[in-house]
Amino acid sequence: MIEPAKKPARRKVELDPRFASYKGVWVFIENERGAVHPVSWELLGEGRKLADVLGVELAGVVMGPPGEATRGFCAEAFHHGADFCYLVQDEVLRDYRNEPYTKGLTDLVNACQPEILLLGATTLGRDLAGSVATTLATGLTADCTELAIDPESRCLAATRPTFGGSLLCTIMTQRHRPQMATVRPRVMAMPDRDSSRSGRIVEHPLGMVESSIVTKVLEYLPDNRQDQPQLVYADIIVAGGRGLKKPENFHRVWDLARVLGAEVGASRPVVQAGWVELDRQVGQSGKTVRPKLYIAAGISGAVQHRVGMQDSDVIIAINNDPNAPIFDFAHYGIVGNAMQILPALTEAFRAHLAQARKVG
Amino acid sequence: MHSVVCIKQVPDSAQIRVHPVTNTIMRQGVPAIINPYDLFALEQALRLKDRFGGTVTVVTMGPPQAEVALRKALSFGADEAILVSDRAFAGADTLATSCALASTIRQIRKNMPVDIVFTGKQTIDGDTAQVGPGIARRLDLQLLTYVSRILEVDHGARQIRVERRAEGGVQVLRTALPCLITMLEGTNEMRFGTMADMFRAARAELKVWDRLAAGIEDPSLVGLKGSPTVVGKVFAPKPRALRAEMIETATQEPKDLAVTLLAKLFTQHPRIERELARRAV
Amino acid sequence: MAEKFDAIVVGAGPAGNAAAYTLAKGGLKVLQLERGEYPGSKNVQGAILYSDALERIIANFRDDAPLERHLIEQRVWILDDESYVGTTYRSAQFNQPPYNRYTIIRAHFDKWFSSRVQQAGALVICETTVNELLLDGKRVVGVRTDRQGGDIYADVVILADGVNSLLARKAGFHPEIKSKDVALAVKEIHFLPQETIESRFNIGEDEGVVIEMAGKISQGMMGTGFLYTNKESITLGIGCMLSDFKCQRTTPYALLEKMKAHPAIRPLIEGGEMKEYAAHLIPEGGYDAVPPIYGEGWLIAGDAGMFVNGLHREGSNLAMTTGQTAARTVLDLAAAGKPFSAKNLARYRERLDDSFVMKDLKKYRRAPEIFHDNSQFFTTYPELLNRAAHTLIRVDGVDKKTKEREIRRNFVARRSAWGLIGDAFKMWRAFE
Ligand SMILES: Cc1cc2nc3c(=O)[nH]c(=O)nc-3n(C[C@H](O)[C@H](O)[C@H](O)COP(=O)(O)OP(=O)(O)OC[C@H]3O[C@@H](n4cnc5c(N)ncnc54)[C@H](O)[C@@H]3O)c2cc1C
Ligand SMILES: Cc1cc2nc3c(=O)[nH]c(=O)nc-3n(C[C@H](O)[C@H](O)[C@H](O)COP(=O)(O)OP(=O)(O)OC[C@H]3O[C@@H](n4cnc5c(N)ncnc54)[C@H](O)[C@@H]3O)c2cc1C
Ligand SMILES: Nc1ncnc2c1ncn2[C@@H]1O[C@H](COP(=O)(O)O)[C@@H](O)[C@H]1O
Repeated sequence: MIEPAKKPARRKVELDPRFASYKGVWVFIENERGAVHPVSWELLGEGRKLADVLGVELAGVVMGPPGEATRGFCAEAFHHGADFCYLVQDEVLRDYRNEPYTKGLTDLVNACQPEILLLGATTLGRDLAGSVATTLATGLTADCTELAIDPESRCLAATRPTFGGSLLCTIMTQRHRPQMATVRPRVMAMPDRDSSRSGRIVEHPLGMVESSIVTKVLEYLPDNRQDQPQLVYADIIVAGGRGLKKPENFHRVWDLARVLGAEVGASRPVVQAGWVELDRQVGQSGKTVRPKLYIAAGISGAVQHRVGMQDSDVIIAINNDPNAPIFDFAHYGIVGNAMQILPALTEAFRAHLAQARKVG
Repeated sequence: MHSVVCIKQVPDSAQIRVHPVTNTIMRQGVPAIINPYDLFALEQALRLKDRFGGTVTVVTMGPPQAEVALRKALSFGADEAILVSDRAFAGADTLATSCALASTIRQIRKNMPVDIVFTGKQTIDGDTAQVGPGIARRLDLQLLTYVSRILEVDHGARQIRVERRAEGGVQVLRTALPCLITMLEGTNEMRFGTMADMFRAARAELKVWDRLAAGIEDPSLVGLKGSPTVVGKVFAPKPRALRAEMIETATQEPKDLAVTLLAKLFTQHPRIERELARRAV
Repeated sequence: MAEKFDAIVVGAGPAGNAAAYTLAKGGLKVLQLERGEYPGSKNVQGAILYSDALERIIANFRDDAPLERHLIEQRVWILDDESYVGTTYRSAQFNQPPYNRYTIIRAHFDKWFSSRVQQAGALVICETTVNELLLDGKRVVGVRTDRQGGDIYADVVILADGVNSLLARKAGFHPEIKSKDVALAVKEIHFLPQETIESRFNIGEDEGVVIEMAGKISQGMMGTGFLYTNKESITLGIGCMLSDFKCQRTTPYALLEKMKAHPAIRPLIEGGEMKEYAAHLIPEGGYDAVPPIYGEGWLIAGDAGMFVNGLHREGSNLAMTTGQTAARTVLDLAAAGKPFSAKNLARYRERLDDSFVMKDLKKYRRAPEIFHDNSQFFTTYPELLNRAAHTLIRVDGVDKKTKEREIRRNFVARRSAWGLIGDAFKMWRAFE
């Protein structure tokens, strides 16, 4: 466990000479069932910055079944900032499984020696990162919210929440390489796509046969996208908190969301009280979101909620307490009773959109 | 059927406060609880025992006070409890933690083979979800993370079939025993132990293993020494430079406030107006 | 096979802990059952501990008990809507160890006490609720808990289950408690840095202040407010008789919110982080409301027996003393090889009658009804007192004699001369 204050940063540890030749920043391009998880592009955006500071190349690591689709992800990686891509294609990589992916990625690291390896903190990324880091006996900092290069040591300074999100701490891996970190979707900004960029592809064999793999995928049951909240990548979110007092009052949030075509989010107490599904929780132990517009009604703005939504382009807060912390970081604030303000907003937006429709 | 469940005692982070001036953690009176995610793992192990018989062993690495967590696990119905506790383990990161726990499990299986190692999905203090995968790797166990349901255990064929939560869907996996399962939250509900279990837990003599008992010869593999990550600065999130622009009107009527807000929003952020208009048509 | 003990103690509050500790030290095989997650988990935080009662049980408790601050100052405030008149007593003598009164956080304190109980040899089982008493005819022979296989037997059962004492009522040992006999208190704990508390209250490290409040904060109901300093937090709350809440149609929460907004109180808690809000009943029926406290194979201690001195805000000390006394009575009988019959356990009541517990309760036996029937003590008087103070203190060119006359006129105008004399008499009777 991390004990702050009592334990000052240890004296600087030198890099083990074994790793002196480790160079470059890698991003694992997570793809499953023919689609890349957007977190990989966000990581390429961040990886680009790190690579530029270090003056090294940025590589994407694409693993998957043989075929054009998989190869195509390399091109897409170049558009998002990669200089080149490692490509590992093998039939056994068709579905994600820990064993072959761990072997593929560990072998690649041992052969090509990157200094930094970034993965998304998704179910897949967390599964893989833990196994790879343990195999390589290197440090892994999970769920980072900020990545930087420490100017002195040129180490990766990975910042992550600690103690339930009340504090942040910066963690470094000084002796070992690669320095591994995972980052949650939507924590980093999506880089602009530049379709003129291209790069080289370096292919690597996996060297594994199906019969040697113990775990088998018998079936894949895709979620029914329609009834799942798609909060993480929503452009507009209306979120409600405990200030709405009763589950019956929550329909005011839904009403506004319907008019705006928005997703509905919530603070943790609301989820825990069962007013809305778990998938709608925004924050430290829920989803990180980055919409263009986030409307928070009856949410105090506790740090654990804040870390999940503070990067929204525009935040509107409605709270009856003028001292609510949410006003410290929202863009617009209305002090008032959410029970009345929400319907008023719903009406105002409805009227405005009706107007726009007529004009348009 | 022998399951080993790794549980961790954590401070109830819902009750942690940060000193507003010094930015240090105020731990005074913060109760220690079993990491809530680990209870799903423990209950699943107990259910397997209900079905197939056998033994559930709980293990925790932590300070002597962590015995409370183990006793609690016993009161739910676990059979054996081992506290792995040694000064040398202090300051461990996920790599060093998985090293100590993996070695402990190796010692356990010398006495009784282990079929399944269970861990929680993640802890609420470390919050990394890495210790489970780390243990699996070190013990060369098949790794099944985010398992939402155990469909079948075929003890004879030493096989298990599970549902695993993946991004965007559920994988149905089959693998061989022994394996390591990290259990998804919300997949079951912890039982209410019997009076007999309460008595057994209250009277149990817990096993406490130090580094050597846990089979770790080289102290540089565990604790602070065995941790490649170094914690540097700890600090509070920085406040945003600007406070919200407060919407006010002479009347303070909800309707007027709403209209004023929209006017401001759309003038200062025409992109949002366009986005909304695009959706409306 | 069902377990059997010499004695079972229900509840791990101060009364239950005192009883279980004493029994275990006396060599009996003791089981203590507590429904909370751990001892203290169900208890409203922040309270005053009176050393004396505990000292008689654990002489060296100061060595390791989690004590917050020892009290060196007591303030009493009579509040009007925006002012108060008050007295302060502060003495260097209170800074001489061994200290007499401490603030404690019950959750920590009860846990500590329980660890001592366990060291003494009692088996303590938490998260287990006793649902009913097992009876053999009229004799209590054990308890039934909410867990599977939950019947447990014992020669004697001590009920220290707190204010509601559901178990004794269920068994028909005493009637439903009346709402005029219980106060409903609400409490909050506000966290502030230690240094802030010390500078706000002008106290040194480990020193503490208590403020007792009466007046318009209770909105005419019979009740008082309080505020204590802990190490890194401030406890404040207010309690009023349950029956009053019923007629006044206000909520304790609203009362507390109003109290916090009072201009004399707000600055004391400003900037604090509110962490806990809790409501709890206090049995304040006094002497006449004490139910039968012993019978065939059973004894009642603490709040369950109405042992609270409401006027002085003493409860935990009475709880500990009654718990210890109950245990001693049991130990004496066990040593003499006598059965735990009602006749033999009657010695418990006799011992309490001889102790400060019953003597104090008896002294104030009239206080509840007097305050209950005379709401002017909580409305008119605070207002008049504050107005008088204001008139006297304000310098505005009016001569003092005229001021005094005006004050007198005010008093008589609001309450007749006879009323005033009558009230003085009632006060005297209440405290006599
Ligand atoms: C380890 C950990 C993880 C956590 N993870 C998360 C997380 O992922 N997401 C999360 O949200 N929280 C999380 N929390 C909880 C977080 O600390 C806060 O408790 C929570 O965000 C508060 O939710 P809230 O703002 O809805 O409720 P409150 O803090 O109770 O705030 C309610 C607000 O509503 C206002 N209000 C009341 N009535 C009205 C009205 N009529 N009109 C307008 N406003 C009104 C009040 O002034 C107040 O500001 C976590 C906590 C911990 C310890
Ligand atoms: C707001 C407030 C402020 C107070 N301030 C003070 C003060 O400053 N100083 C002071 O001396 N006193 C104070 N008191 C009074 C004091 O708290 C009580 O008198 C004292 O706690 C009584 O102790 P007890 O052991 O009888 O009951 P409790 O402390 O109530 O303990 C009873 C225990 O029994 C358990 N229990 C109940 N039923 C069952 C069951 N069926 N099965 C198993 N377990 C059960 C409960 O969980 C509880 O832990 C205050 C009370 C309140 C409400
Ligand atoms: N000190 C520990 N003792 C026992 N189990 C642990 C310990 N730390 C972590 N675990 C297990 O590993 C899981 C993941 O932890 P983490 O990687 O810290 O999120 C937890 O849910 C526990 O099951």
